[in-house]
Amino acid sequence: MHDHRNAEHHHRSHDHDGHDHGHEHEGSELSEMALRVKALESILVEKGYVDPAALDVLIETYETKIGPRNGAKVVAKAWADPAFRDWLRQDATAAIWSLGFTGRQGEHIVTVENTPTTHNMVVCTLCSCYPWPVLGLPPVWYKSAPYRSRAVMDPRGVLADFGVTLPETTEIRVWDSTAETRYLVIPMRPAGTEGWSEDELAALVTRDSMIGTGLARDPKEVRP
Amino acid sequence: MNGAQDLGGMMGFGPIVPEPEEERFHAEWEKRALAVTLAMGATGMWSIDTSRHARETLHPADYLASSYYEIWIKGLEKLLVAHDLVSPEELRQGRALSPGKPVKRVLAAADVPAVLARGTQYDRPAEAPARFAVGERVRAKVMHPVGHTRLPRYVRGRTGVVERIHGVFVFPDTMAHGKGEHPQWLYVVRFGGRELWGEEADPVLSVSVDAWESYLEPA
Repeated sequence: MHDHRNAEHHHRSHDHDGHDHGHEHEGSELSEMALRVKALESILVEKGYVDPAALDVLIETYETKIGPRNGAKVVAKAWADPAFRDWLRQDATAAIWSLGFTGRQGEHIVTVENTPTTHNMVVCTLCSCYPWPVLGLPPVWYKSAPYRSRAVMDPRGVLADFGVTLPETTEIRVWDSTAETRYLVIPMRPAGTEGWSEDELAALVTRDSMIGTGLARDPKEVRP
Repeated sequence: MNGAQDLGGMMGFGPIVPEPEEERFHAEWEKRALAVTLAMGATGMWSIDTSRHARETLHPADYLASSYYEIWIKGLEKLLVAHDLVSPEELRQGRALSPGKPVKRVLAAADVPAVLARGTQYDRPAEAPARFAVGERVRAKVMHPVGHTRLPRYVRGRTGVVERIHGVFVFPDTMAHGKGEHPQWLYVVRFGGRELWGEEADPVLSVSVDAWESYLEPA
């Protein structure tokens, strides 16, 4: 289970044995971290800086309410509705706000569209900037050194790690999110989806396709 | 600053490890780390730029060996001590030794949805015309500020083209140090892969950064 986590930890310089311990235990380093966070939280609560009930609501929000299905709805609508697509081009923040996806880490959104000749990929080399209202919390790899170091220099190598190969002639356009603007990739709409509803189209849209490390799913996976 | 956070173009970190999109957290403590970081941000005692700077001033070896939530927690501890909200001794003992100091706001559970939905607006009205136009060639300055900056090393000294003008935005380099917003025009500047990485680079690669006006000079 969770091989990717072990692999992730292998990239860290003072890793331990790499055996699979499951969720609750990751060896001494992370146990120490769990204790450290717990102590910090209790200090902050005791001092009256944070309301423990607010912490629970924050977690619940990002666990259950704000995630990449929001972005999938934006993409599906962009595919199905040319007026909405044009609105995204003019003012993506407002267009996305109209669907109810707004707020922290998505105050200023720009959408970038993949075409047969151009593939877009988004990274934040300096930290972990990511469009939270439409994609939720970033995956571990997005915030980690392997992706942040390589996306701007070797994006085809990055794509290979995701099992994606593009023609050599396809231009690769990488957006390094160095300010408060957040970029959302509109992947190419798969052929053979004419007449699909927005809900069906949204099922084709993966999180990685909206970062630019993946493509939309094969329609046969959704409607065999 | 030229810290470990400025990762673009470094090598040797190994392959990227994809993960399923249903996976939100990898341990319970990560949830608490997220929540305390956001809740303390909501007190209004520091800006997002100040938090970023706290993280990037971790020792490079510590930064590179830490997961991102670990970086957040280590950064948060630094901020709490720097703002005199928690003492180093309290962090050592893992308990409060004195009452809290006044903070601007305490985020209440009932306010969380509205506060998240509102976010923070970083754009400001323009008070002067933009210096550069779309299509203009510009060079990212060679600069090595010891404080916070959002100009990554890999574009410094490189020539690109202004592709888009975002508007006027607060300036992180001053915000991070409590020196005010000093809003500036913000541009998308696009660089060719070979300009950044040399002749071996992919001929059809281009990379852009969002760059504040004072990061740029005419080319």
